[in-house]
Amino acid sequence: MAKIIVDDIELDVPPEYTLLQACEAAGAEIPRFCFHERLSIAGNCRMCLVEVKGGPPKPQASCAMNVRDLRPGPNGEPPVVLTKSPMVKKAREGVMEFLLINHPLDCPICDQGGECDLQDQAMAYGVDTSRYAENKRAVEDKYIGPLVKTSMTRCIQCTRCVRFTTEVAGVAELGAIGRGEDMEITTYLEAALTSELQGNVVDLCPVGALTQRPYAYHARPWELVKTESVDVMDAVGSNIRVDTRGREVMRILPRLNEDVNEEWISDKTRYIWDGLKTQRLDRPYVRVDGKLRPAGWPEAFAAIAAKVKATPANRIGALIGDLVSVEEAFAAKDLITRLGSANIDCRQDGAALNPALGRATYLFNPSIAAIEAADALLIIGSDPRREASVLNARIRKRWLRGAFPIGVIGEAVDLTYSYDYLGAGPETLAGLLEGGAFADVLKGAERPLVLVGQGALARPDGAAVLSLAARVAEAVGAVNEAWNGFAVLHTAAARVGALDVGAVPGAGGLDVAGMIAPGGLDVLFALGADEVDIAPGAFVVYLGTHGDRGAHRADVILPGAAYTEKSGTYVNTEGRAQLANRAAFPPGEAREDWAVLRALSDVLGQRLPYDSLAQLRAALYAAHPHLARIDHVAPADAAAVAALAQQGGATDRAPFRAAVTAFYMTNPIARASAVMAECAALAQNRLAAAAE
Amino acid sequence: MSVRRLAPQELQPESFAFTAENLDWAHKTIAKYPAGRQASAVIPLLMRAQEQAGGWVSEPAMRYVGDMLGMAPIRVYEIATFYTQFQLLPVGRKAHIQVCGTTPCMLKGAENLIKVCKRRIHDEPFHLSASGDLSWEEVECAGACVNAPMIQVWKDVYEDLTPEDLEKIIDAFEKGEQPQVGPQNGRRSSEPVTGLRALTEPSLFDGSMVGTGAGLAAARATIEAARAGEAQPAPAQPAAAAAPPAPPRWNPAPAKPPAAEAVKAQGSADSTGQAKPGSDKPDAVKPN
Repeated sequence: MAKIIVDDIELDVPPEYTLLQACEAAGAEIPRFCFHERLSIAGNCRMCLVEVKGGPPKPQASCAMNVRDLRPGPNGEPPVVLTKSPMVKKAREGVMEFLLINHPLDCPICDQGGECDLQDQAMAYGVDTSRYAENKRAVEDKYIGPLVKTSMTRCIQCTRCVRFTTEVAGVAELGAIGRGEDMEITTYLEAALTSELQGNVVDLCPVGALTQRPYAYHARPWELVKTESVDVMDAVGSNIRVDTRGREVMRILPRLNEDVNEEWISDKTRYIWDGLKTQRLDRPYVRVDGKLRPAGWPEAFAAIAAKVKATPANRIGALIGDLVSVEEAFAAKDLITRLGSANIDCRQDGAALNPALGRATYLFNPSIAAIEAADALLIIGSDPRREASVLNARIRKRWLRGAFPIGVIGEAVDLTYSYDYLGAGPETLAGLLEGGAFADVLKGAERPLVLVGQGALARPDGAAVLSLAARVAEAVGAVNEAWNGFAVLHTAAARVGALDVGAVPGAGGLDVAGMIAPGGLDVLFALGADEVDIAPGAFVVYLGTHGDRGAHRADVILPGAAYTEKSGTYVNTEGRAQLANRAAFPPGEAREDWAVLRALSDVLGQRLPYDSLAQLRAALYAAHPHLARIDHVAPADAAAVAALAQQGGATDRAPFRAAVTAFYMTNPIARASAVMAECAALAQNRLAAAAE
Repeated sequence: MSVRRLAPQELQPESFAFTAENLDWAHKTIAKYPAGRQASAVIPLLMRAQEQAGGWVSEPAMRYVGDMLGMAPIRVYEIATFYTQFQLLPVGRKAHIQVCGTTPCMLKGAENLIKVCKRRIHDEPFHLSASGDLSWEEVECAGACVNAPMIQVWKDVYEDLTPEDLEKIIDAFEKGEQPQVGPQNGRRSSEPVTGLRALTEPSLFDGSMVGTGAGLAAARATIEAARAGEAQPAPAQPAAAAAPPAPPRWNPAPAKPPAAEAVKAQGSADSTGQAKPGSDKPDAVKPN
């Protein structure tokens, strides 16, 4: 620890701290533009200047100088940093004046207005007038894709966007061309960015040079109501803030959570919101003479009740979709059980995950944050870049630190980091048991991580592959008392929560394949199940939000609430229960899904014993206490992994296929979004161009 | 400095590849850098690519160099647009004239050279002449200030120019001839224009004195003379004060104590303000 005096406050800080960190530790506020905690230090905006005693006699950029760079005084006095001295004030005013020389005064038409670092800091640290009478510089706007809009005249060349795309997103596409006054930010030949995390450059941009294209000129920050919530586009459970104006979701921004998403979110999370306004189911529909016809709730319920009462219990079943909250899965399971059926399943893709084997067999056991503690990684049948982009950024962050061998079994895709490609299918995985170079690497690692994707599990031999992966994890010492490195990466936000409440077939019950097969069932409740094709014959009751595949097949459509329109618990891939909050209201006659289920149960004569969400949650927490601990990961018993390893089973030779092929089109909300469609088309073109 | 961008698409060649010779050279250059630092070779490689492609760097060339070094194209583009030594537009086929416009050349008439370029080649820098053979630009100091004003064409410099000289050089390039490189006013290098004032005796540099011991003898004689001067009794103080000022610094003989005192006395006299500007200093200095 090194002693340092910041504005008369003496404190001990680690010597590798920068002066900026030391000043913040002392409670002093340092303005900055280019410095960002999660990016490399550039030191080019000069806004963080401080005065030091024990260092050079000129104002110092506090972000780029370490505490250990300062000398003690002649009698061993600690070095002194001043953040409020006249020299610092003058330096900041000077820097601000220079920054504003070329910055346009277009705040009234700028989307960043009201949440602009430059605006705020000019108020706090600048002077009131400019002495600059010459012409300002103007820069042509660049096209860098459908998500990020550029107004390059506003750019102050902090290069945060360049550093983010290069370091965190792992695509070296943005760059600063030219020099001096003529420096400009652009992509090579103005091609669209290819990263799944590119929207974050908008948050990083301290001025209005990079703004959200879909949100352009839609709203002002001060007229938006902010609701803290959780994302459901993937199983990471990124923490988000939903900004609404009236009933409309205007934009989605990330929320800081060091354990989950740090402060990044994927583009699908961020730009999905236009999909919440289109293709919505806003009233019940009933299929009459082969055609869906708008109906009232009583009529729809009556149609269902008539059908259910005429059907034997074991011919009734329920499918739990990928965006369903834990409360709904719990209520649906409750209802199906009360109807006397065991046919319920949440694994639309047919992934061979069985909660009966223990929670550790389907969780990302080490936790997302612990990826940074791992020292070797084996990826089996997964493309984390597309299945969980933010988690992939965490893997890349660990990889950048070095000494992190990564092996991949499955498809050889660009993951933004280099890896050893081991093979394509289960026999390669089995080969690791017999040894080999990478098996030795894993064995030599102290905390190896074995990441199993849904691509390896959603196949006929999925159970055997899962068991084999567990055996490999056991064999390389990935599971011990201090470290459980067996990690299942999910793609569906609802999956872990539904598995936690046991939304899988009971004794004698049918699984997804059995339920959707021709002649499988007579009445099928599909809760937002849009990723499966239900064979003709069954009477399908679709409870969901969008007119997607599930609704087209339905005989009765019950309009539900999307994730921004209801309060619900979602459990992410590591088993962290998080609460999504209501930011807006469902459209038209749509209602919150649990309430629909509750009302339906009454009509079916099997009334669910909860009249409010609070009562439902009380019942849920009584049955599954770990779900009551919001934002907390209940560690799973690692013994389950050892038991799983003993399951065995025969694997076939087919190579693993990625679970997510079209990143921008994975759920009904995304498929309803025009922005996502544009991104998907771009990605498709890139793929076609690359194939040529 | 101006905004530097890639040349428009219609000017870009289809592709670029090093010749076998240059490729060999490139591999050797890359090998100079430690493993993992190959990207450091980007500037020499771009420079070689520019030479090979007739004086400018095309977009395919940037991609080629980037691929060779494992760099993203945007990183090469950043470098090529940062350093003004890289030409991003096609330059004259026969000559791209870089006129130095920095202070010494400017004082010696670089502006007149630029006028010639404007008249003979194009009003604007970086534009091709009507025939496409020539182009020009103004550059910062090319490091030949003693021969100002000067121009650089490819790797050669043409120095001590008058506008007429430049006209002749341009004529020669237009005809496809190679003008005489170097100073154009008869100098061989950067020796004084007014003729030599040192090394005037040919024996000092033609080698005739080598081995004869003449130089050594002359040096010994000098040292002897100095010793003889030291052995003489110190002159009386008034004489010292009246003596000429302290010997110049380049005198190899050590300063004598009396002379030093005289200097000290003179210094104190200055500091006390007794000496008046323009007054005869030896007279003003009085012994204490």
